[in-house]
Amino acid sequence: MKRIVPIGPYHPLQEEPEFFKLIVEGEKVVDLEINIGYNHRGHEFISQTLTWDQVPFLVERICGICSDSHPYAYVLAVEDIAHITAPPRAQYIRTIIGELERIHSHYLWLGLAGHFIGYNTVWMWVWRYREPLLDLFELIMGNRNHYAINKIGGARRDILPEDYPKIREYLDLLEKKNAMFTNAILDDPVIRGRLENVGVLTKEDAIAYAVTGPTARGSGYACDVRKDDPYDAYDKVDWDEIVFEEGDVLAKAKVRLIECNESIKIVRQCLKNMPEGPIETRVDEIPSGEGIGRHEAPRGEVFHYVRSDGSNMPVRHKVRAPSYMNIASNVIAVKGYSIADAALVLAAVDPCYCCTDRTFVYENGKKKYSGQDLLKLSWEKTEKIKRRYKK
Amino acid sequence: MANPRLWGLKKSPWVFHVAAASCNNCDIEILDLLTPRWDIERFGIVLVGSPRHADALLVTGVLNRKNLPRVLRVYEQTPKPCLVIGIGTCTCHTHMFESSYNVVGPYDKYLPIDVYIPGCPPKPESMIMGVVKALKRL
Amino acid sequence: MKKEYSKKILDEISTKFPDVSIKIHAPRRIYIKISREKLFDFAKFLHNEKGFRFSIATGIDTRDGIEIIYHFSHDEAGTYYNIKTLIPKDDLKIKSLATFLPATNWIEREIHELLGVDFVGHPNLIPLLTAETWPADLCPLRRDYADEHKDIKISKKPWEAS
Repeated sequence: MKRIVPIGPYHPLQEEPEFFKLIVEGEKVVDLEINIGYNHRGHEFISQTLTWDQVPFLVERICGICSDSHPYAYVLAVEDIAHITAPPRAQYIRTIIGELERIHSHYLWLGLAGHFIGYNTVWMWVWRYREPLLDLFELIMGNRNHYAINKIGGARRDILPEDYPKIREYLDLLEKKNAMFTNAILDDPVIRGRLENVGVLTKEDAIAYAVTGPTARGSGYACDVRKDDPYDAYDKVDWDEIVFEEGDVLAKAKVRLIECNESIKIVRQCLKNMPEGPIETRVDEIPSGEGIGRHEAPRGEVFHYVRSDGSNMPVRHKVRAPSYMNIASNVIAVKGYSIADAALVLAAVDPCYCCTDRTFVYENGKKKYSGQDLLKLSWEKTEKIKRRYKK
Repeated sequence: MANPRLWGLKKSPWVFHVAAASCNNCDIEILDLLTPRWDIERFGIVLVGSPRHADALLVTGVLNRKNLPRVLRVYEQTPKPCLVIGIGTCTCHTHMFESSYNVVGPYDKYLPIDVYIPGCPPKPESMIMGVVKALKRL
Repeated sequence: MKKEYSKKILDEISTKFPDVSIKIHAPRRIYIKISREKLFDFAKFLHNEKGFRFSIATGIDTRDGIEIIYHFSHDEAGTYYNIKTLIPKDDLKIKSLATFLPATNWIEREIHELLGVDFVGHPNLIPLLTAETWPADLCPLRRDYADEHKDIKISKKPWEAS
């Protein structure tokens, strides 16, 4: 017999509170319906009413977690229209902030994934080491989130030489801790039991649903804008693209953990080779034309298409957020797994899972499973696996 | 002691987190409050999973056409008296989304908000201060 | 080396689809114009035979009609192929790609509600983003859209109506 387990709408994955309808038979999920739009603010519409220099502040507020990625892609798109190149120092600064943001975002996901499977220790520890990074952001740019570092033709703020040691000190700390987390998480039989062979997304499905970022790289589909279409300082530093073939939640977690190491490598090299000079070029006007900007955000490819008619505002500004595609692939990934795994699988594509406790359920005004219940189901499964290992 | 229920609320407020159309930054900062640096649970403030258990609602983001009825419904489900705490500049007015077709306007047209905490996003310290100020007013 | 690779593909495209017009904006940014009738086969060729990844589609209201740009990414070469097609305003119809490419499902629904384009053959062409109470014929990204949204009533319990 088929039953419906609704999740949401107060369950924002990515930038949107969304509504999931899990269709279940017994414990098994057989289908999923997704209803989005609870967070639709009409950015593309507002963007057409703002001037070129105002838009970065708007697109920054699409998502608070990748608040560097959207302005970055927008700025690259406008530079593509006008054939502007940012000065080398600005390119390095943008790269550093983009990579630091990746670390902060992956750590955020890791902590919440720990919370979902009932390891609140993982959550607390991981977020503890994310905190100094936010302090660094505040030091460099004046705000813990929403950094506003990107500007058409350069960077808005400089990284002062006296701040380098502080960044390096943090990277040293992080390298040690990241090794600790990687070992602790990957060697734990219970975590492996929960994550391995759960929510498998095959390579064929990954291509058909056009997923990007760690979701695609965990499924064996190598696509990374930083390698494929290098921009700014990414082709001047040495780093590796991380790809795993398995496609399960564990593979996605591994991609993210190891990517943090690569980000540390990139930031170190950028700091070492940071050129001197100005951080912005003078931009007089944006000619008519069209441009594309791509940036590899922590969750996948951010793509901005901007069209100009030579006036001081964009005519059309299209935003592709990575989770737009990644969330749609949940329809495939969650099928055939138990309800206890659903919360984890839906989280595995790294939607902004900021509001675990906001999940609650309506169906015709009746409450069925709340988010807390789903979490409890998930935690009970972890306990079961734990008991099995103790025997 | 004027109202025993208000007095009970002051000791250990349980909060439920309602995100309208927010950019997730305020939401992340709220979760940050639970982690070791800030550890808000030492003051007895607990995030709960259902509005029916909550003494206070933390609202973030602007209201849009699709989520307004849902947010109002959450407010109706919360036992009264309850505090409504608006977190972030979006809750003070409509921030930069004023001209959008899908945004329906400021919160105070629809919901009685007790405290506004401005900032984009507000720092965790100022969130704690806002909640403390709200409780002092009771 | 990467640049040559894209030239090979461009030659193949222009032999197979002779009536396309190709504009190279930058080495890795290619814009291709194609008629509305040929688009379906062309997209199928790019995705199924060449293995391009579908990225997103953009709908733009222009003076001549609604322009839809399908953005395909060739990840091995890092090149973006942007396939432009123009739909006249008196006949807003185009064949849906969602039948063979599930990734286009959501974006076609979005363009349908924001610009009013009808995707023929789409499995489930219902509004994606706007509210249940939003009138179906009101397209906010159209040029002629004024502040009509200010008059729309806000219903308190939209989920009971359906």
